[in-house]
Amino acid sequence: MSITYLEAIREAQAKALADDPRVFIYGQDIGAFGGAFKATKNLAQEYPGRVLDAPISEDAIVGAAIGAAIEGMRPIIEMQYADFSTPGFNQIVNQAATLFWRTQVPCPITIRLPSGGTSGAGPFHSQSMEALYAHYPGLIVMTPATVEDAYSMLLEAVAIDDPVIFCEHKRLYYHLKAPALPTEAMPVGKARIARAGRDLTIVAYSAMVQDALAAAEELAAEGFEIEVVDLRTVKPLDTDTVMASVARTGRLLCVGESFPWGGVTAEVLARVATEGFGLLDAPPQRLNAKDTPIPYHPNLWLVHRPTAQSVCAAARNLLQM
Amino acid sequence: MSSERLLAGRRRLSHAGKETVCAGTLNPVTISVMLQTLESRGTQEAASSFPAQYLKAFRFMLLARVLDEKMAGLYRAGKIQGGVFLGRGQEALSVALGLALRKGDVFAPLIRDGAGRLAFGEPVLDAVRTYLGSALGPMRGRDGNVHRGRPRQGLLPMISHLGAMISVVNGALMARRFQKLDGCVGAASIGDGATSTGSFHEGLNQAAVERLPLVLVVANNQYAYSTPNDRQFACEDLMDKAIGYGIPAHRVDGTDLEDCLRVLAMVVAQVRAGGGPQMVVGRLLRLTGHAEHDPGHYVDPQLKKSPLGRDCLTAAEERLLREGWANADAIRALRQQVVQEVSEAVATAQREPAPDPYKENWCALSSAHLIDVFEVPSLTSPP
Repeated sequence: MSITYLEAIREAQAKALADDPRVFIYGQDIGAFGGAFKATKNLAQEYPGRVLDAPISEDAIVGAAIGAAIEGMRPIIEMQYADFSTPGFNQIVNQAATLFWRTQVPCPITIRLPSGGTSGAGPFHSQSMEALYAHYPGLIVMTPATVEDAYSMLLEAVAIDDPVIFCEHKRLYYHLKAPALPTEAMPVGKARIARAGRDLTIVAYSAMVQDALAAAEELAAEGFEIEVVDLRTVKPLDTDTVMASVARTGRLLCVGESFPWGGVTAEVLARVATEGFGLLDAPPQRLNAKDTPIPYHPNLWLVHRPTAQSVCAAARNLLQM
Repeated sequence: MSSERLLAGRRRLSHAGKETVCAGTLNPVTISVMLQTLESRGTQEAASSFPAQYLKAFRFMLLARVLDEKMAGLYRAGKIQGGVFLGRGQEALSVALGLALRKGDVFAPLIRDGAGRLAFGEPVLDAVRTYLGSALGPMRGRDGNVHRGRPRQGLLPMISHLGAMISVVNGALMARRFQKLDGCVGAASIGDGATSTGSFHEGLNQAAVERLPLVLVVANNQYAYSTPNDRQFACEDLMDKAIGYGIPAHRVDGTDLEDCLRVLAMVVAQVRAGGGPQMVVGRLLRLTGHAEHDPGHYVDPQLKKSPLGRDCLTAAEERLLREGWANADAIRALRQQVVQEVSEAVATAQREPAPDPYKENWCALSSAHLIDVFEVPSLTSPP
């Protein structure tokens, strides 16, 4: 028996529906059809009236979730693709994110964003939006990299009294497997040492954790011990764990799949440079996608985003500095 | 002509307003007693006496107008930071909506809904405290002016992005449905400008698809900031937009309190009964600039002179006198009463502490333990 990342997301939602009558799911094609990726497969049948198809209206979908949350519900929103959250951006950053600050009334909504690139998906079905949402006060942004985290963090997201942007990576949906669902989890907001090492720290999140681990494995054959930090949530950002790792290794490479300007990798580097400058033996480095829209053709896409190979190359370069 | 258009036809009151409470011209004491009696009764019963309802509405309109003028004065005196947005000319439509709603309903007012807010139950002090930035107000200085509310009491605090509150009301109504709470109505107020937004389209369509008990009130005050109707939309009438969503729309003369009261009471009752969402379009003129910084020179003088430019508050007062529902002394006393109410609220709020930036809890999350920490304690030595 094994369970995939996607099945874990489906199971977490089933558990949330079963455990809490305040939970409902709202999104496009998620009802009887079970969702574009089948993340809500059979849930509409198992929980009648609580898994609702929405019109193609991201703004109104998020707005309704906020209104329902004010009235005591705990909605889970599925955006069909993370890319399509932009028409709902206003409600997320201006309404959901400001509600508690303005009124002291919490806004417990979970917005699932099927994120990141897959082969052939092109400019509008591949984006990673975590940096945009992390920029705004009042939001929590989760980026699970493992099957276990996909499950436990989604349950945490539903339980948290604040809006949570849950960035689940589409490339992990079918390929990433675990023997079973987890029975315990690390606290939200804590980063995880995915692999211990002493020569260089690679900080990654979401699917890039898997690429970083592959790169670390390859570099181990060359005699380097690479430490991989999985951020798990990019907001809050567990600076302590990152800093402690950099203190051990003296070298930092931060890897993200999204565009290079600003973003999570820039934030990690800024914090380490300002707070932990003395810990560094070499200039901190970062690796991102190229500063162009995400290309359709697999040949182009493979070079557009970081991969285990490019992570390896960047790490080798940094190890020689 | 569609059935919606027929519904939209003006409805004139048949009764002459001679029966029940209003047996003669009222003196101030009688008005006061009458209003207290009204407040202690249910809305249904109060509505059964039209003159009493009219007078109750007039009092809220007057209170809103006096409150607005006080806020404008404080703005000009430099006592209020940011904007002051007046509801002048829109009180009749607004109050009619507020009165048609009741406890347990959801209301998302817009910037010119002072009268409707008061009628829905918002304390005068909430407005004053928010404008003056009192630490004791509902927004505690974190948001100002018309961006106030009490979400837990069904009064939603607007964000500035127009049309955005419609779907939030929808969601509150969806929650009521999940919770099996029947008989609730949700109302959202917007202006002509907001009908051009995507949020308006998405929100109205969503309400129609879900058959939610939503009343959407559009105050067509002819200008969105400085932009006139002919640069805002190209349909013949804003009511036409409702047809596209498969919902009924009604026209109301926003300068006429009676028309507003009748149509809003009817629409809210129909929606409450479970007939699905409906839209009301009030035609009126904004008798002020967009906000107090704006003299509104661009408003067409012909419009001001037209029937659209009639001041609904003056018209309502004239009607009270004409029908003998109140005499001049009673209205004068009423005015003194509301002036005093506003003055007391201002005096109270002005004595209250301003928010202290050094004592402020700078945490945007309810889950305080999940706040991101930017002041990282410096690491002096590796762990």
